[in-house]
Amino acid sequence: MIDLLTTHYNYVASILLFGIGLYVVMGSRNLVKKIIGMNIFQVGIFLFFVTTGYVDGGAPPVVGHGEEAFVSPLPHVLILTAIVVGVSLTAVALALVIRIYDGYGSLDEDVIKEVQVDD
Amino acid sequence: MTDALVLLVVVPIAASLFPVVLGGRFERIGWFVAAAMGLVHLGLSATVAARVLDVGRISYAVGGFEPPFGIELVADGISAPLLVLVSLSTLGVLAYARRAGPHSNAFYSELALLTAGISGVFATADVFNLYVFLEITGLATYALVASGRSPSAALASLKYLFVGTIGASLYLLGVGYLYIMTGTLNMADLTEAVAAVGYTSPAILTSFGLIVTGLLVKVAVFPLHTWQPGAYAESPDTVSAYISALVSTAAGYALVRIIYAVYTTEFLDAVPLASDALVALASVSIVVGAVLAVMQSDLKRMLAYSSVSQFGLVVAAIGLANETALVGAVVHLVGHAVMKGGLFLTVGVFATGLGVRTVEDFAGLAAKAPVSSAAFAVLAFSMVGIPPAVGFVGKWNIVVGAVEAGAWSVAAVVVVSTLLTLAYFGRVIERMYFTAPEPEADAVSTDGGNDAVEVSFGMRAVVVASAVAAVVLGVLGSDLIAVIQPALEVYF
Repeated sequence: MIDLLTTHYNYVASILLFGIGLYVVMGSRNLVKKIIGMNIFQVGIFLFFVTTGYVDGGAPPVVGHGEEAFVSPLPHVLILTAIVVGVSLTAVALALVIRIYDGYGSLDEDVIKEVQVDD
Repeated sequence: MTDALVLLVVVPIAASLFPVVLGGRFERIGWFVAAAMGLVHLGLSATVAARVLDVGRISYAVGGFEPPFGIELVADGISAPLLVLVSLSTLGVLAYARRAGPHSNAFYSELALLTAGISGVFATADVFNLYVFLEITGLATYALVASGRSPSAALASLKYLFVGTIGASLYLLGVGYLYIMTGTLNMADLTEAVAAVGYTSPAILTSFGLIVTGLLVKVAVFPLHTWQPGAYAESPDTVSAYISALVSTAAGYALVRIIYAVYTTEFLDAVPLASDALVALASVSIVVGAVLAVMQSDLKRMLAYSSVSQFGLVVAAIGLANETALVGAVVHLVGHAVMKGGLFLTVGVFATGLGVRTVEDFAGLAAKAPVSSAAFAVLAFSMVGIPPAVGFVGKWNIVVGAVEAGAWSVAAVVVVSTLLTLAYFGRVIERMYFTAPEPEADAVSTDGGNDAVEVSFGMRAVVVASAVAAVVLGVLGSDLIAVIQPALEVYF
């Protein structure tokens, strides 16, 4: 168990991040906090991918850096794309939050529900 | 010639820039840009389809990087009809939007972006590229759902964004597992690589679970459908029609491709739990979706829950791992898009012209709007599965496939779902044709809420065209199957 923590702490961290992210998305009543939770969840996945590309003692995959072992660049490139997607999603989500706040005067789901019932 | 395949994605993406850039100078340019884009897209998809009919399967290496290292785009008998469907739905929705709106230039940019995303999902043969296109589709859809002016539309959109993002992230995580185990992302390459790793390897099983769950969220199968009724009901009629026709269809198609091209039927044989779980989940979705549809009073919500039920049929057929059923699933994907898109537009015509939105309001509608009512009835009966319309062709093949596979419970569920479909459409049609309108019906049109617009010729024409298309596709069903079948045969 201790061995797992010391050698695979990256994976443990990414699983913790999934868990924390999902919990915040589902548990929090505040819409902005839900967006933060969504981001944490995605960061967990990014960390997972980046970790899989790492090789012990590997050099950066650039000409002139090291001779034998290189870290795999492909997962890193994939994650660059995924980060761009994540940023766009956060931007759209925040834009929606602004419109929701204008309409309901609150970002709390329970308050929004009450306002909706009153209408 | 194969360049047409990549242009199907590039043209809409390029077109999405123009309405925003030129919007400051020309106020109404968006529609014209989108219409030009739609026509070019139709030309391209027709070229691709003609080529597929000729040679069977065409592939394009993006940027000149040969697969499996580069991204590969592929068109075959399954994706070519769906690509043509994208073009025709886009043009149909644009003909409707000319009068009905939304009129903002941003709307047409988002529409073009959505076209690009969906075309990409249908064309790609790379699992990571599929993730990117699913997210482009998702982002454009969130923005389109929120183009309704009300704050509740923004709330429905945000809810969709949360659920959709989690779904797509699960898919991405599954792709990560696949990549770690096999070192490739190309679907054709993965077929052998996954087999080499072994179907019962825990990492492969995990990747299957994550990918399928992620895609089922996008397909909106019960109990992962929670985003869908709100998104369909709160968005403008034009948007509901477009996304109900194409967005879940794209995810359904991705599910077919991933399960059969990447994991193959041998995986389903080796892991019976996978197909059993899919079929069980889908069967529940078919029944629950239909029951929830019967309970709705708002027409658009009813149609939304109907989609939950109909996509249950598609997923059940995918899980059966039977060729006839899978042909039925693809036919039903096409047919559902035509029927559901048409139904949403018809409901939009009623709402704009007469201000009716609930089942109650539909009383005596046939006398006031005979043409649209007839179109609604044709589309509804097609959805129930009455021959010769296209709904029958899809369901018939799924039922026959279920019987061939010995899955009698699925066959029974499909038959029950047909009755339930008749129940929720029957009560609407009964009101339209056989109930006298309420006396104060004239007052209703004033509180329609929509910015009062006349129903244009284009709007009526699209509605009638979709009803005609549903019947014609049904009559030509065997030709459609002849195109799809060779592409599916290779998986069995």
